[in-house]
Amino acid sequence: MSVILVLVTLSMIVAGSFLGAFIWAMKSGQYEDTYSPSVRMLFEDKKEESSHKQV
Amino acid sequence: METLIAEDIKCHHCGDTCPDTSIHLEADKFFCCEGCKTVYEILSENGMCSYYDLSKNPGITLKGKNFGSKYAYLSNQEIAQSLLNYASENLNKITFYIPTIHCSSCIWLLENLYKLRKGISVSRVNFMKKELAISFNPTILSLQKVVELLATLGYAPEISLEEYTNKTQEKTSYSIFLKMGIVGFCTGNIMLLSFPEYFGLDDVMESGHKQYFTWLNVVLSLPVFFYGASGYFISAWQSLREKVINLDVPISIGITALFGRSLYETLSGVGPGYWDSLAGLIFFLLIGKWLQNKTYENLSFERKYTSYFPLAATILKNGQEESIPVSQLKTGDTLIIRNRELIPADSLLVSTTAQIDYSFVTGEAEPVEKKASDYIYAGGRQVGTNIELTVQKPVSQSYLTQLWNNEAFAKEKTTPVTKLAANFARYFTYITLSIAILAAIFWFFVDKSLMWNAFTAVLIVACPCALSLSMPFTMENTMRIFGKNGVYVKNPGVIQHLATIRHMVFDKTGTLTQNKEAGVSFVGNPLTAEEKQAIPSLTAHSTHPLSRKISKYLSENTALEPSIFQEKTGKGIEGVINGQIIRLGSASFVPIPEKDKAVGVSRVYVAVNGVYKGYFQFDVRYRQGLQQVLEKLKSTYKLSLLSGDHPVDVPLLQPLFGNSNLHFEQSPSDKLRYIAQLQAKGEKVLMAGDGLNDAGALKQSDVGLVLTEDVHAFFPACDVLMDAKQFSRLPDFIRFSQTSVNIVKVSFLLSLVYNFIGISLAVSGSLSPVFAAIFMPLSSMSVVGFAVGVSSLYARFRKL
Repeated sequence: MSVILVLVTLSMIVAGSFLGAFIWAMKSGQYEDTYSPSVRMLFEDKKEESSHKQV
Repeated sequence: METLIAEDIKCHHCGDTCPDTSIHLEADKFFCCEGCKTVYEILSENGMCSYYDLSKNPGITLKGKNFGSKYAYLSNQEIAQSLLNYASENLNKITFYIPTIHCSSCIWLLENLYKLRKGISVSRVNFMKKELAISFNPTILSLQKVVELLATLGYAPEISLEEYTNKTQEKTSYSIFLKMGIVGFCTGNIMLLSFPEYFGLDDVMESGHKQYFTWLNVVLSLPVFFYGASGYFISAWQSLREKVINLDVPISIGITALFGRSLYETLSGVGPGYWDSLAGLIFFLLIGKWLQNKTYENLSFERKYTSYFPLAATILKNGQEESIPVSQLKTGDTLIIRNRELIPADSLLVSTTAQIDYSFVTGEAEPVEKKASDYIYAGGRQVGTNIELTVQKPVSQSYLTQLWNNEAFAKEKTTPVTKLAANFARYFTYITLSIAILAAIFWFFVDKSLMWNAFTAVLIVACPCALSLSMPFTMENTMRIFGKNGVYVKNPGVIQHLATIRHMVFDKTGTLTQNKEAGVSFVGNPLTAEEKQAIPSLTAHSTHPLSRKISKYLSENTALEPSIFQEKTGKGIEGVINGQIIRLGSASFVPIPEKDKAVGVSRVYVAVNGVYKGYFQFDVRYRQGLQQVLEKLKSTYKLSLLSGDHPVDVPLLQPLFGNSNLHFEQSPSDKLRYIAQLQAKGEKVLMAGDGLNDAGALKQSDVGLVLTEDVHAFFPACDVLMDAKQFSRLPDFIRFSQTSVNIVKVSFLLSLVYNFIGISLAVSGSLSPVFAAIFMPLSSMSVVGFAVGVSSLYARFRKL
């Protein structure tokens, strides 16, 4: 039965790290704008050198 | 027919509905914004992949626009410094509010600014707030150039006096979310660790496990108690220092008792404690607190004149134009106002004529003609050529703006039920404390071992958790139902005010009447098909609002090109089309027969080749169902009308309002005073208005309601923002708010019943942890469920 102590402790650590991730996300402002990042990730940020004239 | 076309235009690029047809390529490709148009241009000229290669196509977007000296004031160091968030020698940061941001093309274009112009290093859009943060190098690019670049792209930022005077930007507070996250995490784990306790698994568990679980609970409860509940302790402490007792006092006592008792039980090994009840309670309380403070973040209810007054004004100094901050305008300065610019201070007109559009102030769409040395009040906009004015009063002392110096703007409105709750909290605290002490005294003589048990049990059970939850949940639900119907309230407290209203005061223009859809009709000899084409072709060349209305009335049929066109300010327009001379304008411009002369109505007279044809009449159109709504309201409420206009339509309005409650020619301060007088008589007043001239009355009233056709357009500070389409349902909304308040009262009673049951058990000294763990959340949730359920059901029943 004492394996349950190890499991509970481990589960608390895992859950705690998710809580940490939530706090970090909150503090770094990820919930301030929930729309533009979804669009921004689609923008290509290639430099001028590359040619785009294939089409 | 024309409306059908207008509604069906979809953006050629992103598919959004276009607000109008002003942005287009060729004849048939319409766009919702300049961003979409730019993207489409790049796309069509260079093939798909170049969508992302903006730097190769700078010419497309930067077709020179000349702003003249429109943004010259940004080169004034003092103004620029006040706007910048951060300034160093070669890096400046600034945040603009750009209301036109609305689709992904906007984000794309604005975030690629660095490719368009050297000197801009980063630009970031906050889509929710419609803000753009730009970092740029001031040695390469001036602030003025940055703003002009944005304006060229069709994203002119809104820069108002507010940003200048009030630079402290409020950051959204996330502490409540952090608290909810942490407390939620702890609560879930505590409940999981309490499972052996719930199911009586003591025999199965080894003794070491039980202790381990309990101690884990203690550790998890520490952040709940010290961080999650800290707001309640602080609030309770503050209210005690002011010698009042609010509802947070008994809550804090209950929580502390719960914590102390649990800690004692755990330390002494008597029992497992009530950790799960404690955590669950605080978690619910935090949800309640979050709902209580919920507002519409994207709607700004707090606006002063500063949020739409310009930041700078152009003055003439020693024969040279110069931009200065408007707050530095002095009496005697010579102002220069260009087309569509706002007049920031009361002044005398120096130029011969001016057309002043007061639509922002009064809601009246027709510009007023002013002559040299006329006194012009601040808040109007010049339509037409540049004018010169002499400032008579500084900005803050002007006719309109001095309204904000009134004390009504200094105080916050108090919520009536908070008062009720405060009274309630006082008695509640005294009663529970005395019951707890009596129980303790009783057990002191009967059985000393149960004394502390009974004392703490009463305090724990009597914690008015359900009570403090029923209000925010009901009010939030009401707010949500209102929002769904196009009525946005500033905060949940407003609903409680709305329920107490006894007297309603209405503004006329723009509130009872419709702004945009003034009815147009033509009276006279019927127009021929040819004239129906010629007239709108002519009016299309004029920016006068009446011309716009005529164009629209005649289906924007602008196929013909006038060979000669001239506009005489304040008189009318004249042009030659297909050899016909057409004159449109006022009675002094077009020769008209005596019978068609009229005062108090706006008409545009028409003459073709010098022959009088008739006139276009513009009727004020009252809102649909106005009469029925007012009739309905009249039976329950007192009604008044406050209009800034001359007495018109008295025969229509008098039966609705009664003679003594019709007030015309009211200044903004008169309106405020009228509301204050009613309040002095003890009446609860609702003011319905729409313009800045109602701002004082809206602020002074118990509930200030603004009717608007577009919720994102400018509106003065108010408590309720109502979509104009919903006007006919105003009585329903007020009735619903009353029902909500009654629901809260009933749920107060319900939670008292729970408290009574709990206390009668608690005084006996027996409060098992499992019972507490079930009873306390159950009572809270059933009260909340009742409140939300009944209000939702009622809304459905009322078809809201």
